[in-house]
Amino acid sequence: MARPVDRRPGFSRRAQYGIFTGYVIAVAGFLAGAGLLVVSIVNPSAFSSVRGTAGELARPAGEAGAETRAAGQSVIAAIGAYFQAGRQNAALSREVAAARANALTMQALEGENRRLKALLGIVDPQARPVAAARLIGSTAASARRFAVLSAGASQGVRPGQPVRSAAGLIGRVIETGPGTARVLLVTDPENVVPVRRARDGLPAFVEGKSDGRIAIRLLNMGVNPLRLGDVFVTSGSGGLYPPGIPVAVVTEVLHDGGVGHLASDPADADFVVVLPVFQAAAVTALGASQQAAGPAPEASGN
Amino acid sequence: MPFPRLSDLPSLPMRPEDLVPQRINRGPSPLLASGLPWVSVMLASLAAFSPVIASAPVVPPLAFMVFLAWRMLRPNLLPLWAGLPLGAFDDLYSGQPFGSGIVLWSAAMLVMDTVDNRLLWRSFLQDWAVSSLLMAGYLLLAAGIAGLAAAYPLPLVIGPQLLVTLALYPLVTRVVALLDRIRLLPLRSV
Repeated sequence: MARPVDRRPGFSRRAQYGIFTGYVIAVAGFLAGAGLLVVSIVNPSAFSSVRGTAGELARPAGEAGAETRAAGQSVIAAIGAYFQAGRQNAALSREVAAARANALTMQALEGENRRLKALLGIVDPQARPVAAARLIGSTAASARRFAVLSAGASQGVRPGQPVRSAAGLIGRVIETGPGTARVLLVTDPENVVPVRRARDGLPAFVEGKSDGRIAIRLLNMGVNPLRLGDVFVTSGSGGLYPPGIPVAVVTEVLHDGGVGHLASDPADADFVVVLPVFQAAAVTALGASQQAAGPAPEASGN
Repeated sequence: MPFPRLSDLPSLPMRPEDLVPQRINRGPSPLLASGLPWVSVMLASLAAFSPVIASAPVVPPLAFMVFLAWRMLRPNLLPLWAGLPLGAFDDLYSGQPFGSGIVLWSAAMLVMDTVDNRLLWRSFLQDWAVSSLLMAGYLLLAAGIAGLAAAYPLPLVIGPQLLVTLALYPLVTRVVALLDRIRLLPLRSV
């Protein structure tokens, strides 16, 4: 196939000017885009209102999609259940027996915990969820990991609030529109969550690897104490995430930490809950003092 | 009841042209003919609101692929500056920092213009090769820009996404070719 020939307009001045103007606009568009890009890299929240409006417009489509996702998964799960009903039954019976024993231990521990806290005078802020909503979209093609939530500022959602599903932590809200909000997922490399090992409280933090897994970094160097299958939960340090939300399960042990899978895959989460910031006063004070102190000095030679 | 034979079944309209009974004295609707490329690229941008909540970048950049496929199929249909509005729309939903789509899509249009000036003949394989280069460059640069916005380099995890993108491109060109036939359906009486 030969290339199209009508690229040369002949002697028509009008057509020649039209083509020239096209080039000018294209190059100007490229330069304008570069300028916008610099602005949005320097100030990431610069275009959040435009994105919020765009999210509002696409919200019905996203909600329809979210319902399809739940229905589709239940159909597949129902078909799958037929194939492994017997094995599943046996496994579940074993699990229920183990869980019953665990539940009794938990009740005892909870009581003890309450008594000890009363003894120490610690009052946990009662965490009433801000809103329950669906995840209606995600940035599936970009290297950044955002999801869009079907609740926004009008439901009381504010930037910074943690988002969790029944199974574990999903992320935190970073931008809000009137009826939608953007959630920075735990798998985004910018999202660093302080955690502790559920078994013994070993402190660590996790950060996203943006390929669906998360890196677990230990605070104490030395012999790596991680084992496969260790469960990490939020520790409450930093005051943003309430303690005790499952975050990750270790699936690979490295020499200075580990790689984990998410405790709660956002794709499986039907409904998610937006929680209030755990220690809002502490977070505000921390942010203010960081702003007053200026940027942190470059880490060198430690 | 006997099983119906193939010849007894009512035949489905196989071609979009069969949907329009009358063809004489009719021309394509101007709105559809010029608007469908834009609308299809914008709908592909909205693929972010699909039922899949991905925890890794696995979905190919559908909007950019549809955009390239239209440019390959009908080089003069989208103006040279089409990357500006369409890239801006894609930025609203893609999660990239605002402006990255505008830059990369505009650059892709300019590169395609140069390629058209250099290569005198077009073929499917050549189109696929050129668009593969463009899509690979787009994914790499988009990941780099996202890393800039996150303030430190992101781990490059676009390998699987790149393979899916390259393999899926011919399918996207087929869909766009179908859309092109729908675009030119004789709906308006002349």
